[in-house]
Amino acid sequence: MLQINTVSITISNISKSYKKVNALTDISFEVKEGELFGLIGPDGAGKTTLFRILTTLLFADQGDATVAGYDVVKDYKQIRNSVGYMPGKFSLYQDMTVKENLNFFATIFGTTIEENYELIRDIYVQIEPFKKRRAGKLSGGMKQKLALCCALIHKPKVLFLDEPTTGVDPVSRKEFWEMLKRLQQKGITILVSTPYMDEAALCDRIAFIQEGKILEIDTPQAIVKHYPKPLYNVKANNMYALIQGLKAYEHHYSVYPFGEFVHYTDKRTDFDSSDLNAFLESQGLKDITIEPTAPTIEDTFMELAK
Amino acid sequence: MTNELVIQAENLTKTFGSFTAVDAISFSVRKGEIFGFLGANGAGKTTAMKMLIGISTPSAGKATVAGFDVSSEAEKIKKNIGYMSQKFALYDDLTVKQNITFFGGIYGLSRAQIKLKTAELVEELDLKEVVNQLVGALPLGWKQKISFSVSLLHNPKIVFLDEPTGGVDPITRRQFWEMIYKAANNGTTVFVTTHYMDEAEYCDRVSIMVNGKIEALDSPKNLKTQFGVENMNDVFLKLARG
Ligand SMILES: Nc1ncnc2c1ncn2[C@@H]1O[C@H](COP(=O)(O)OP(=O)(O)OP(=O)(O)O)[C@@H](O)[C@H]1O
Ligand SMILES: [Mg+2]
Repeated sequence: MLQINTVSITISNISKSYKKVNALTDISFEVKEGELFGLIGPDGAGKTTLFRILTTLLFADQGDATVAGYDVVKDYKQIRNSVGYMPGKFSLYQDMTVKENLNFFATIFGTTIEENYELIRDIYVQIEPFKKRRAGKLSGGMKQKLALCCALIHKPKVLFLDEPTTGVDPVSRKEFWEMLKRLQQKGITILVSTPYMDEAALCDRIAFIQEGKILEIDTPQAIVKHYPKPLYNVKANNMYALIQGLKAYEHHYSVYPFGEFVHYTDKRTDFDSSDLNAFLESQGLKDITIEPTAPTIEDTFMELAK
Repeated sequence: MTNELVIQAENLTKTFGSFTAVDAISFSVRKGEIFGFLGANGAGKTTAMKMLIGISTPSAGKATVAGFDVSSEAEKIKKNIGYMSQKFALYDDLTVKQNITFFGGIYGLSRAQIKLKTAELVEELDLKEVVNQLVGALPLGWKQKISFSVSLLHNPKIVFLDEPTGGVDPITRRQFWEMIYKAANNGTTVFVTTHYMDEAEYCDRVSIMVNGKIEALDSPKNLKTQFGVENMNDVFLKLARG
């Protein structure tokens, strides 16, 4: 984590509702300059509403916020010049080519692709072979990459990324995050939301947000320490039967498939794995293994969201 | 799972001008199998899937789906399969119930069947409170679960799911996979793309496309052994960029 303590984003008691729903209720936190801060929460949690307020596209009902020292209501013009925003839904012009989209975004901010090419190069080289293709004909993940380049091309001080890697393949996600780390080293503050919990682990700090409220804010390392129960990796010969079997076991507390394992927690404090093993065998399962494992951010999030 | 083959592709190819998006792919899928169709962005997954469901004509090669030829019997294929597209799932400006009625109609269900199916879905997915709400107001995870159920309305032999869990939260994503398991357990073949590598582990077999070609195809377990790695993420990282 960077040791710079200048504040880049402040959010104080922000609330926002649409008709009946409270999209955000009394949200407060700060993001430091050069920090990579993750907003983690299910769809509809209020992440996008918060992004819109911080990028001056929407007014809060209550509360204040500043970005790069500017007030989101009074100084909206300055904010628009100093931030980059990649909305969750594509903001690209579908009938313009890759190159034209990028040029367009550079021009409205009074810059050129060449001037800031360094900043986008790692991502842009992957779509450059297709620069003459219309954005509407790119694959889903290629569009995400172009949208990110467009948000970066004017070298913003603060970057807002709303689910930038949804639909992006694992290799590109890895490269994308390496790139975010490099941008961070250039002093850019990044607020990013993501549905991928492995990405949450790469942030300096994360906030879990659900139904418009912040459940927890901390470093990823500290957050997993809050996981309340012993967690077990369970494996057997048939995944579907295993999930069903664990859910049928009367002492189960949580049962979540996790790649080749199922993550299991028990209601009792004196959990006995041989009893569970015997139960699963009685359900016809074979090759059963039950072993303690360390909780991940995803486990912690699911527990909090339960 | 039986040995009956419900999808057979042979040198299936799609070109756009001089660009080859799908490059002579050959593979087959067994009845009741959960088949993971993986690949990097732009590898050609959606393009291949569109040919298999009969909405895009192959430039070369051939494929049969549910026993029908994708080029000459596309209409028959549509009746025998379900499809969830990467972009569009349901009509946002219709209620949940109206969507079910609409798609039920398209799939040729009678009014009585639609009524019955609607009641079943409401029960199964716990939709009572939202059934008369506009789909546009629902969280993504709900939409995807409803959309999957809708694609199964006419009891298709095969269901094609193009990134059904992209952007869906961890809990709902797992509920979605339980629905997939259940469908497969009932004999429906599931052909699914995903960028979540933990989900790749849930498939019976997985193919990995690179630049329009299938570069690997096997069970997750065998792929991990073949590449000498611990998980599917590492298999993908080793292969996907060609
Ligand atoms: N109508 C079209 N005209 C020209 N090129 C196209 C067209 N449709 C798709 N392509 C190109 O074909 C390639 C494969 O695209 P496709 O959508 O099949 O990828 P994908 O594997 O589904 O990727 P993603 O994971 O990003 O969804 C891409 O380079 C894409 O730009
Ligand atoms: Mg696709």
